[in-house]
Amino acid sequence: MGFSAEFQKGIFKDNPTFRLVLGICPTLAVTTSIKNGIGMGLATTFVLLGSNIFISLLRNFIPDKIRIPAFIVIISTFVTLIDLLMAAYVTELHEALGIFIPLIVVNCIIMGRAEAYASRSPVLLSIADALGMGIGFTLSLSLISFIRELLGSGTVLGYNVLTSFYEPAVIMILPPGAFLTMGLLLGLFNYISRRKP
Amino acid sequence: MENLFVIFITVFLVNNFVLAKFLGLCPFLGVSRNLKSASCMGLAVVFVMTIASFVTWCVNEYVLVAYDVAYLKTIVFILVIATLVQFVELFISKVSPTLQRVLGIYLPLITTNCAVLGVCILNVQEGFNLPETIVHGFAAGLGFTLAICMMAGIRERLEFAKVPVAMQGFPISLIVGSLMALSFFGFQGFFAN
Repeated sequence: MGFSAEFQKGIFKDNPTFRLVLGICPTLAVTTSIKNGIGMGLATTFVLLGSNIFISLLRNFIPDKIRIPAFIVIISTFVTLIDLLMAAYVTELHEALGIFIPLIVVNCIIMGRAEAYASRSPVLLSIADALGMGIGFTLSLSLISFIRELLGSGTVLGYNVLTSFYEPAVIMILPPGAFLTMGLLLGLFNYISRRKP
Repeated sequence: MENLFVIFITVFLVNNFVLAKFLGLCPFLGVSRNLKSASCMGLAVVFVMTIASFVTWCVNEYVLVAYDVAYLKTIVFILVIATLVQFVELFISKVSPTLQRVLGIYLPLITTNCAVLGVCILNVQEGFNLPETIVHGFAAGLGFTLAICMMAGIRERLEFAKVPVAMQGFPISLIVGSLMALSFFGFQGFFAN
């Protein structure tokens, strides 16, 4: 497969959130506002890109038996990098995302791509795979957080949209709203993909 | 003592790890098919969380802080947890083959359970001392067990319900999770004053 095919795969066909249902913890936890959702998506994309490149470069040097610990070290190095970078430059976002920045280490999307793709593919394709998956994840987070922010606070990216005639349903930005939005969206995507074979 | 009790109830019910903090959702949705495997998974998590809280607290206090390399926390903690799980597995298989049979397949899954790393990082962030850390880890594990067992109980019943095809599996489980989170909201403000 070529670069663009690998890239598009993550966005639609194998979308990590809605098709593979990976990395649900951050998906539900940080999508209280669009800004947080996109921030989390981009941070994960950065880690995914870095770890995919390095694991792909080192794929012939890492012994098979200790590959998981080796992957974990590579992934957590990039997580530490983005953690410190965000603390320095976007302090507010860093505080809003809180514990979920260090927890990118255990996001199954990243380990999954390392194990299933980067450890057996050339660098260029691994980059395409990482970008596709990362952007697919970011788009999914944006969609969920858009719905939750709109219904929960009546705003889009912080601008008032609905507040003049709509009483915001606070439940949508609280934990139950996260489960509800994700459940209904997953059902909707299942329905759509079953309709067109 | 009172302090420890407050931590216990807060983590166990009020800020339940799964339903209020969104930690450990993968096993919560993945291993909740039936009550038996759910309770085994819960037991394994309680076990590992308590030990991991203790060990990572010591590592943080006597290695990372002592040598002024606290920024390596994420890398060191995840490696410590991964090693720890391996040790626990070895230890259990030597000491109790029965327990090994019950927990066996769940232990490796726990390495990538974000609730375990989450509880260790929270311990450090909240600045807990050693007894508080252990109670926090233990209660978080119990809270996880409570949530996953409730979920498994409901899903066993759902087997017989007529769920629309598109909503079967993950979607309906998430809706159930939503209702459970809503009911756990009743505990909110328990220790507000």
